[in-house]
Amino acid sequence: MVTETNTFESLVSDAEKRWDELNSGSKPWIRIGTALCGEAAGSKKLLPKIQNSLVSLGIEANVSEVGCIGLCFAEPLLDIQLPGQNRIFYKNVTEDDLDQIISTHLRDLSVDPNLAFLYEGENDLADIAKLESHPMKAQEQRISLRNAGHIDPYDINQYMANGGYHALNKALFEMDPESVLNEVKDSGLRGRGGAAFSTGIKWSFLASNNAPDKYILCNCEEGDPGAFNDKGILESDPHTVVEGVILAGYATNSNYGYIFIRHGHDGPIERTKTAIKQAYEKGLLGDNILGSGFSFNMEVALTGDSYVAGEETALMEAIEGKRSMPRYRPPFPAQVGVFGKPTNINNVKSLSYVPEIIRNGGEWFSDIGYEQSKGTAILCLSGSLKYTGMIEVPMGLNLKDILLEVAGGVPDDRNLKLVQTGGPLGGVLNAENVDLVLDYETFRNAGAILGSGGIIAADDRTCIVDLTRSLIAFCQYESCGKCFPCRMGMSHLLEVLERICDLEGTDEDLDLMRDIGENMQAGSLCGHGQLGFNPVASAIKYFPEEFSQHIVGHTCLTRVCNNQRFSPKRTRR
Amino acid sequence: MDVLTTAITEAVRNQEQPTKTVLSSLLAIQDAMGYIPKQSMEVVASEVPDTTVNDVWAVASFYPNFKFEPRSGCTVEICWGPTCHIAGAMELFGEALNLLDLESEGKTTDGSVELDFNTCLGACAQAPVISVNHHLIGRVTKSSLKESIEDSK
Repeated sequence: MVTETNTFESLVSDAEKRWDELNSGSKPWIRIGTALCGEAAGSKKLLPKIQNSLVSLGIEANVSEVGCIGLCFAEPLLDIQLPGQNRIFYKNVTEDDLDQIISTHLRDLSVDPNLAFLYEGENDLADIAKLESHPMKAQEQRISLRNAGHIDPYDINQYMANGGYHALNKALFEMDPESVLNEVKDSGLRGRGGAAFSTGIKWSFLASNNAPDKYILCNCEEGDPGAFNDKGILESDPHTVVEGVILAGYATNSNYGYIFIRHGHDGPIERTKTAIKQAYEKGLLGDNILGSGFSFNMEVALTGDSYVAGEETALMEAIEGKRSMPRYRPPFPAQVGVFGKPTNINNVKSLSYVPEIIRNGGEWFSDIGYEQSKGTAILCLSGSLKYTGMIEVPMGLNLKDILLEVAGGVPDDRNLKLVQTGGPLGGVLNAENVDLVLDYETFRNAGAILGSGGIIAADDRTCIVDLTRSLIAFCQYESCGKCFPCRMGMSHLLEVLERICDLEGTDEDLDLMRDIGENMQAGSLCGHGQLGFNPVASAIKYFPEEFSQHIVGHTCLTRVCNNQRFSPKRTRR
Repeated sequence: MDVLTTAITEAVRNQEQPTKTVLSSLLAIQDAMGYIPKQSMEVVASEVPDTTVNDVWAVASFYPNFKFEPRSGCTVEICWGPTCHIAGAMELFGEALNLLDLESEGKTTDGSVELDFNTCLGACAQAPVISVNHHLIGRVTKSSLKESIEDSK
């Protein structure tokens, strides 16, 4: 319920007061990254140790878990901010380092440049590098990730103190639904889930449907191996997605939203559930939001393990509680969607941009980026790179520069051999062809997909045939089995690739795979089968000699194919 | 009603989210019990409107994260995604089979460890990644794998 004392302005001023207290109050503020990357590096184990250390020194401090600031390679990444002073970051912190860091910084009030990694803040430090000067940070322009690693994702006040829900307030009281929709159209935002369709036009399909019950779905199935940015956003700043979903609801006159996350990813699930609960408590979700007359409800829906559940109609089946198998289209989701009602589906990244687009206007967003690819790209850099992590850079930057400068190139004097982009249905590029600008069309023309933003780099120890086999093994395992061109096509492709890896391939094998691929593309119901030949096609295109070494020469020069390989016995029944 | 059926029914009814479906009910059972006991099929069919036992089996058998035998000991998952693959996931899997005296994924003879693949654990920047009892561990080596498995037993 909205009361006199619960107006938006008072919510914000309360949030700002708390934010100021955290930054320049009486206590130091310790932040530690506990997103999936931090957890994998051991940050959760450090949390109780931080408390122990503070207790033994008799020091009081605020300790917050934050999401991913992007520098995953430096995790566990911990930072300390004394009231009103710079934020000092410490990288790859171990349990053994912790006592020393905390006692030097909080008891002796000194910063040891041998321990510190980077700093952020107004006061220039001579012997520590500035956060913004780090190669991974220097070219960043953060819109979606503006709060990631800075605010506590469990605290709605920190989001609101940093401009959060301002766009919702503006939309509800200063804009009609149509003008919200028009800003998103004008922004040129295209779907970040892979298909790159205009978000504004997609919304207009739903807006033009006058049915009483309509749904907004936010897709965080994110089954793409190599991509973790959807989970990263929900873990770092879930409210920007919650706000984006509510704005999509307002623009399309819909009243119910689902944020759809894969079961087992506890970090994103817990943080999103908490965010929704807090938004209800503040009157930013529910009936008559902020007294505007607009009502919107939201919940988290979970899926079992299924890559195809990320396909939009399969996702609707999963929300209805069924096997996540794609539906025939037409009817399209904007006519008949989840529970038979008109529905709009967007990826987490697409929706996470919406609050800033509404706050700053569509034109502001469309001024960022490149030709037909507006705004920023949120990329997950992994594999054989010096700096691995999550970055947000303007579209139009060059992939080669990102690999060599932003990610620091390939470590240990190895050479870059290939880059795999856009998930398992994307493609590979050889090292000679990574000179591409970040742009949907440029990537597509090169036989790769920008897709969801996964960029996996591999060095000269990788065998392209083995990597392709592993991608197809994944696709075969994940085929839902509904339509046979995909179900059987994937199995046959895998059979042929395994034969080539066993150095028993025949001269006909490449043509045979092309034939299977054409049938899959023509006959499959969804993108899984239609795009399933992509990884094979691009591998053959960019590495013809290596295939021929395996097939004709019966040799694998990297010797990877001589090793044992394993894949799941279990398939879908 | 036997104890198990009561526990299953409670898990289904205690779901906090407004939309309760066959899938959400099965996930709630899996979370509460660690596996899907056989009785779940009838319970879910009676708790979710317009649902048959057949419908429930269809969903339960589709998603490979549903397990139909009680959990015992610890769960070790080895990430099988492309980043982990090029970072040595196959060697780690081979090592895990050696350490646990297994021929493929599944339970050890003493039931103390269950080994499985995971298609992507989502911490690709820390590859190769494994999870032990659903806690992620990154930059795993053959020797740290041994340590992680032994610590968890």
